[in-house]
Amino acid sequence: MPPADPMPLASSTTAGPAVVEQPVVQFEHVSLGFDGNPVLCDINFTANSGEMLVLLGPAGGGKSILLKLANGLIRPDTGHIRIFDEDIGQMSEEKLFAFRSNIGMVFQESALFDSLSVRDNVAYRLMEQKDNPEEIDRRVVEALSFVELEDAIYKFPAELSGGMRRRVAIARAIIAQPKLLLYDSPTGGLDPITSTTIIQLVMKQRDVYESTALLVTHRLQDAFMLATHRFNLQTNQMERIPGNKTDPNTKFIVLREGSIAFNGTLVALLQCEDPYIKEFLA
Amino acid sequence: MQIGEFLREKVLAVQEYSLMSWAAITNIFRRPFYWVDLYTQADLIGVGSVPIVMLTGFFTGGVLALNSATTLAQFGAKAVTGELVSLSMIKELGPVLTSLMVSGRNASGMASELGSMQVTEQIDAMRALGTDPLKKLVTPRLIATVIMMFFLTILSDALGILGGGLAGTTWLGLDFSQYSHMAYQSLMFPDVLEGMVKPLIFGFIIATVGCYFGMSTRGGTQGVGRSTTQAVVVSSVLIIASDFVISYLMIQLFGR
Repeated sequence: MPPADPMPLASSTTAGPAVVEQPVVQFEHVSLGFDGNPVLCDINFTANSGEMLVLLGPAGGGKSILLKLANGLIRPDTGHIRIFDEDIGQMSEEKLFAFRSNIGMVFQESALFDSLSVRDNVAYRLMEQKDNPEEIDRRVVEALSFVELEDAIYKFPAELSGGMRRRVAIARAIIAQPKLLLYDSPTGGLDPITSTTIIQLVMKQRDVYESTALLVTHRLQDAFMLATHRFNLQTNQMERIPGNKTDPNTKFIVLREGSIAFNGTLVALLQCEDPYIKEFLA
Repeated sequence: MQIGEFLREKVLAVQEYSLMSWAAITNIFRRPFYWVDLYTQADLIGVGSVPIVMLTGFFTGGVLALNSATTLAQFGAKAVTGELVSLSMIKELGPVLTSLMVSGRNASGMASELGSMQVTEQIDAMRALGTDPLKKLVTPRLIATVIMMFFLTILSDALGILGGGLAGTTWLGLDFSQYSHMAYQSLMFPDVLEGMVKPLIFGFIIATVGCYFGMSTRGGTQGVGRSTTQAVVVSSVLIIASDFVISYLMIQLFGR
């Protein structure tokens, strides 16, 4: 897989049409702190339908917390978080459990249930919904085919490599075909080849199913690859977007000490004159 | 400042524990019900604890008979050994020792299992997949522990009385028929009631304390170890303290 090289993009344009502006995720003046220490300060951004927002920033900058806020796993101290136009900060935990059927999440360390097989991990949400067992099996195989792990269906998480676990976690997140996907450092701690495989899966999900996504990463090469490449269904591989163009639906947010330091496209990010952003990209 | 912070933490912990326990109880009456988890936990907690509970009960009854018969013989009352053993086992030692054994085995198990799930984000993953972890993980453990503690205590009581009888007849020259008769005749309704109420409350303590420390685990594998230790210590202390309170209330209510 060719490495992403963002530099020639500085003066390029985006490829294809951008999404219709239908907000899926809206953060409005969101702040959060733990034990008196601010973690996120006045966060404002919107992710429209079909958009992928890549959250960049140094470790400990509040990126993963931001994803948990988007899924209602943590509630903000102030501000509003609207997902599909519903203020999830005001929603009861009971309602949130049902609401989360619209959201798929891939956790930092996969968070697979270690006492369950790959099949049961992937099928978890469907089994909770008491779906037909035959239908569950069909969809599990479909989800595992998407991540190319059909052979691991009866294995347990302890028998899988780090990359395979991430792929199972992606299969678990997408099985119910959620409209919003949250990826928390899906390539963290993986070797470059496995990371590229995972990024290709994320891209496939973005380009084939056009789902909205927030993706946390601190690997710039992964982030740039998402903007400069697209998934080709014919070859079943990702490929560089011709003419040095970038994906119009992939945008970037850079967090600095709990605040948004940048929000925009890859081209704008590379042209940004902010000293912090320049240092971060260097 | 440090004392204030310490107290604030403890009050917060009690509040969180109470809220979790209340949610676990109210979940009993809310769908969905996790019957498979309940059955699995009942098997783990109940059937898995049978050997240690049997051994503990049997030898406790035996040693109680040996010690008490020696003392009672000085007053020519060796014949009431059966009464002493059965009352002690049913009212006190059966419930308390069974609870302490189950606490050591299962409160620690719950804390370490749920703690590991917490630090590896499996609990968050469960919530993200639309499942209430209190319903799925805590309520089945609570119901299973309370039910199984009841039966384990009955088993322990029976084995304790049997152990006392065997020790008495083998080494103290007691007549087994007389021993059994005294053990049975001395029991009254309040004694049996006390012996049956205690394991229910102790079971509640074991499950809720074990689950609370598991669910509130922070700080990686070291945190899991700390939660496990705290779960056993706190549940054991609460069992003994609540034993005193229940015994006092029973004496106030029934006069024995």
